[in-house]
Amino acid sequence: MRKSIGQFAGFILPLALLAFWQTLASTGIVQPMVLPSPVAVAERWWVALLPAQAYDAAQGSYLSWLFSGELPHDAAASLWRVLMGFLAGAIPALPLGLIMGASTSAYALFNPLIQILRPIPPIAFIPLAILWFGLGNPPAVFLIALGAFFPILMNTIAGVRSVDAIYLRAAQNLGASRSTIFARVMLPAAMPYILAGMRIGIGTAFIVVIVSEMIAVNNGLGYRILEAREFMWSDKIIAGMITIGLLGLGIDAGMNRLNTHLLRWHRSAEK
Amino acid sequence: MTAHVSIQNVSKRFGDDANAIVALQDIYLEIARGEFVCLLGPSGCGKSTLLNMIAGFIAPTAGSVRVDGVEVTAPGPDRGMVFQEYALFPWMTVEQNVAFGLTIKGMTRADIAARVGELLKLLKLGEFRARFPKDLSGGMRQRVAIARVLALDSPILLMDEPFGALDALTRRTLQDELLRLWSELRRTVVFVTHSIEEAIYLADRVVVMTYRPGTVKRDQPVALTRPRDPAANDFNALKRELAGLVMAEQERHIESERRGVTVD
Repeated sequence: MRKSIGQFAGFILPLALLAFWQTLASTGIVQPMVLPSPVAVAERWWVALLPAQAYDAAQGSYLSWLFSGELPHDAAASLWRVLMGFLAGAIPALPLGLIMGASTSAYALFNPLIQILRPIPPIAFIPLAILWFGLGNPPAVFLIALGAFFPILMNTIAGVRSVDAIYLRAAQNLGASRSTIFARVMLPAAMPYILAGMRIGIGTAFIVVIVSEMIAVNNGLGYRILEAREFMWSDKIIAGMITIGLLGLGIDAGMNRLNTHLLRWHRSAEK
Repeated sequence: MTAHVSIQNVSKRFGDDANAIVALQDIYLEIARGEFVCLLGPSGCGKSTLLNMIAGFIAPTAGSVRVDGVEVTAPGPDRGMVFQEYALFPWMTVEQNVAFGLTIKGMTRADIAARVGELLKLLKLGEFRARFPKDLSGGMRQRVAIARVLALDSPILLMDEPFGALDALTRRTLQDELLRLWSELRRTVVFVTHSIEEAIYLADRVVVMTYRPGTVKRDQPVALTRPRDPAANDFNALKRELAGLVMAEQERHIESERRGVTVD
């Protein structure tokens, strides 16, 4: 009994907030343009989710028709940028972090530069990104990559440094070469840290994708929110925001499952 | 015939000259092929340091460690080590841990599978092959660590208080199994312990070491026939004798701790 209450406890606050919001809107205390009712937002969200045209087999498959609405398009565009940017950030961050964590001279070489660049928010790079890459996807992916790069790098360094020396000794004793130790001992031993860094990195990527879409591109959720602002469609703004929240939730849940799978050997994975 | 492991006038100092700790001083020790030698002494006598030197993890300050006449300069699979903390790779299953050294050797998949199966059977680990170390008891973990080292076929086995963290019954079982493996495989074993009974139970020769600086206090052959009975009179006579030696060193350890000399 207690357990079933616990399972639903997480829904109590969102539902209460929704009820409060609906009351505010339907009693007319606030203007619909300032704060539209949840029902209006849901309707707007639903309309954007559905395909705009009727199904026509000549145009393509049923599946592509099903996802031809504005919202799926924007969500897919944003997700694609997050993924590309995340990969572009993670792919250099991982080996650099491994090297910096394992070698004090590499650390001494790279660390000062990194500590100067790290506090600069990716958003501050927007003017330069546009100058360098023009408009469209490249500057957006560049900014997202910047946002994902640093958390993954810092966590990978910390992860490698935390590797218990006894594992390195055991691997040396078993005849492992430096590269084998790197790939089969340091990398997996640092994996809990690396995955935590990736989780932070993908969160940052999500923040950056919305901002960069507001500036450099003409689709995606960030663009759509800004466009809705031009027309004062506050219901559409909120619908876009909620979509971002849902996507973020989905990605985090996916990362969490990846985490549990990759770290099934870890003590903390015990139920 | 030359000794299998030869430790020639080895000394080891840690730290700079002013407050250097002399861990080992002028150790001279020859270990024959197939011999089972226990290094016995209180903490701080340098027995683990000496073992780590044979393994190639620590270089001596003076003197040399030779295996088959060749000076030891780096760790290697010809001197397999079993650690007190097991040091199993927690992200690998039992099977993968045992196979680790074999994959490095570049054996084929089929050969590795066959050899790993053989070793798991030898150490009664067959049904645990797909488990991760976190799901094993201490005794099981140490069996896996032994299997992982046996896989290397190293002629020398180095064991650093391998059963120190186990309960008394599990320890006795593993001691018996180690003796069984040793009599079948005839490897040279260097075994570090602070348990007098364990040393007499296992070894052909017990090397009692002094507390800092570590030197050889007594090189005691154990002539008792195996299987040895820890309750027998001759076993106990030897135990009493060695206990006198070891406890005198333990006194020195306590004394120096009281004076605040020891930092470890």
